[in-house]
Amino acid sequence: MSERLTRFFASRWGILLAGAVIGLLAPLLQKAGNPTNMGICVACFERDIAGALGLHRVATVQYIRPEIIAFVLGSLIAALLFREFKPRAGSAPIIRFFLGMFAMVGALTFLGCPWRALLRLAGGDLNGLVGTAGLVAGIALGVVFLKRGYSMGRSRPAPAPVGWMTPAIMLGLLLLLLFRPQFTKDGPIFFSVEGPGSKHAPLLISLAAGLVIGFLAQRTRFCTMGALRDVILMRDTHLLSGAGALFVVALVTNLALGQFKLGFAAQPIAHSNHLWNFLGMALAGLAFLLAGGCPGRQLFLSGEGDGDAGIFVLGMIFGAGFAHNWALTGVPDKLAEGVLTVGGPGPYGQAAVLIGLAFCIVLGFTMRERAR
Amino acid sequence: MAKVVDARGLSCPQPVILARQAMEEGQFPIEVLVDTVTSRENVRRAAERAGLKVQVEAVGDEFKLTLTR
Repeated sequence: MSERLTRFFASRWGILLAGAVIGLLAPLLQKAGNPTNMGICVACFERDIAGALGLHRVATVQYIRPEIIAFVLGSLIAALLFREFKPRAGSAPIIRFFLGMFAMVGALTFLGCPWRALLRLAGGDLNGLVGTAGLVAGIALGVVFLKRGYSMGRSRPAPAPVGWMTPAIMLGLLLLLLFRPQFTKDGPIFFSVEGPGSKHAPLLISLAAGLVIGFLAQRTRFCTMGALRDVILMRDTHLLSGAGALFVVALVTNLALGQFKLGFAAQPIAHSNHLWNFLGMALAGLAFLLAGGCPGRQLFLSGEGDGDAGIFVLGMIFGAGFAHNWALTGVPDKLAEGVLTVGGPGPYGQAAVLIGLAFCIVLGFTMRERAR
Repeated sequence: MAKVVDARGLSCPQPVILARQAMEEGQFPIEVLVDTVTSRENVRRAAERAGLKVQVEAVGDEFKLTLTR
């Protein structure tokens, strides 16, 4: 029975199901209170967690997002049930940490992870097209490195605590969310009272949706970066059909719920600075490829015991702290009295994206598996 | 003698890349060693797409896939 289920989840129907469920739940989470065109965004939600912990002090984006917690725990449950939980680590952890940081810088330049790029597009935000084009470019560059023998090196089986670490961190975050301690006067844990961080679905709904997605994504290996990579690398459309299902179902759901607004300018929590939307996502896509998975996939991997994926997740959270403290992130478009001010990253943010691209390109040329 | 591809511990998609390189070299059978179900399914899918027969054997908590024409 377990083997038959495993084959189903590994099939085309399995990946279509996972994509469709994410595409359905994300707009519903938005309807239930999550920010606009951000029913789910792994990068944005990790950024909100960084803010809640006080790693950055932008008051509008601070909340311990239950979806992130539940993605890891849902994956953990699936991995345990199907006997796939396997503690492992040791594949270039410090490099993975910095890939996570720079991936976050790129994602926050665009204002979204690959999931949100698709969800923004499904909400009518055409900047999602530019972001996706950047993603394709970054992944295509990474495929060149893969073909030349790029490798992060091997992970090794590890003692149990290595595999349990990220799920334990998530449980700790859940406790902080439930008990809301305030460690110092005017200090963390912070919860936004206005802005995107203040907009969230009820806790139990977020947790339930996250657990379902975490479970399905662990079984089907849903990955938006892998979707594009596999097509470019070997004309394999398996994962792409999952990302396609996410987009189509989210589009239909948004139309049905009246959450669709077509255009480039002044879209919710977005900017229409095309060059930096493109370059930001190119950096994110390249970093995800070099690390072997999109930010969602890194959460699911860390739920099944992959300590290296957990390091990448921590890198993203710390990267979000830096990105906001150093004002590296893209600023949304502003529309005041009929005058549009196009947003985007400031000079430091632009420099950070270019440094991140240079970092990834150096890795692409230099990371090779060493003979024993 | 079977050609052995040891893809244990490698991140996605390297097990598939290594298996495909071996397939292109054309020396069969090929034995691919992997340590996760994800890699097992990915290599299996790539081999079946190439029209090969795939036999899977569990070795401890790892897997050996034997690819034949």
